[in-house]
Amino acid sequence: MKVKVIVTLKEGVLDPQGKAIQQTLNGMSFSEVKEVRQGKYFDIEVSINDEEKAKVKVDEMCKKLLANLVIEDYKIL
Amino acid sequence: MKSAVIIFPGSNCDRDMDVALKKFGFKNQMIWHNDMEIPKSDLIVLPGGFSYGDYLRCGSIAGKSKIIKSVLEFANSGGLVLGICNGFQILTETGLLPGVLLQNKYQKFICKNVHVKINDKENKYFKNIKKEVLELHIAHNEGNYFCSDDELKSLINNNQIAITYCNENGKEADSYNPNGALSNIAGIFNKNKNILGMMPHPERVIDKSLSSDDGNFFFENLIENFK
Repeated sequence: MKVKVIVTLKEGVLDPQGKAIQQTLNGMSFSEVKEVRQGKYFDIEVSINDEEKAKVKVDEMCKKLLANLVIEDYKIL
Repeated sequence: MKSAVIIFPGSNCDRDMDVALKKFGFKNQMIWHNDMEIPKSDLIVLPGGFSYGDYLRCGSIAGKSKIIKSVLEFANSGGLVLGICNGFQILTETGLLPGVLLQNKYQKFICKNVHVKINDKENKYFKNIKKEVLELHIAHNEGNYFCSDDELKSLINNNQIAITYCNENGKEADSYNPNGALSNIAGIFNKNKNILGMMPHPERVIDKSLSSDDGNFFFENLIENFK
């Protein structure tokens, strides 16, 4: 089965790319954009069919590699 | 004195480091990342570069490579481990050093000489060093040191802040901080001060024909401290 993961920067951590995207969108006359935070998305195919078990395994992957918990949060979808 | 430089796919300062270490009398060996063991060494160096293309996060993939288990064992038994630039990023990713190196504040790859001040000399790297402020080279896109408030307090309380960005007179200010690093941090130690991670490259400034030769002070002193 496939498990989807989103990794984002924690609040308060500087995100210069997000800031640049926000400023560009503002410059393109999307004046309603207040803030952009850029993140990462992972599509992980695992050889486990049980959803709960698969998510437990992916949670371990997030903690050990996919996210750096000093600066990032992750969400398993 | 024996040293070992680990080469990852994408390392590009490994040979510079080899030249620098040999210049000052280290018997250096180059070790491939897929090896499992490191020959008996007094110093292990994780060199600069773009290991594994900086995929996922700088240093994250190298931090899980085969050789790292031996590096961890060596470091945890008190061995000296020096990480320069990408090597510093790898050290934070393995958890040997606290914090993380974020993208530079102004989103630019910075390649220039900077001055750094040595903040602590009670360690094997800087004990008896003959110069307090060194002109060293930096070349990085992710050198913006960041850690939690608690970690910063702990770094300060344990004198773990090794070097900080400053001007040629040792004065610290935002204008001398090239990348937005927290508290002008350019390099830190672990608690036992056997592990040093730093963004500047002393190995790039070891000859007058280069833009500075202040790297000589670092390496000359380092080997002296082993004797």
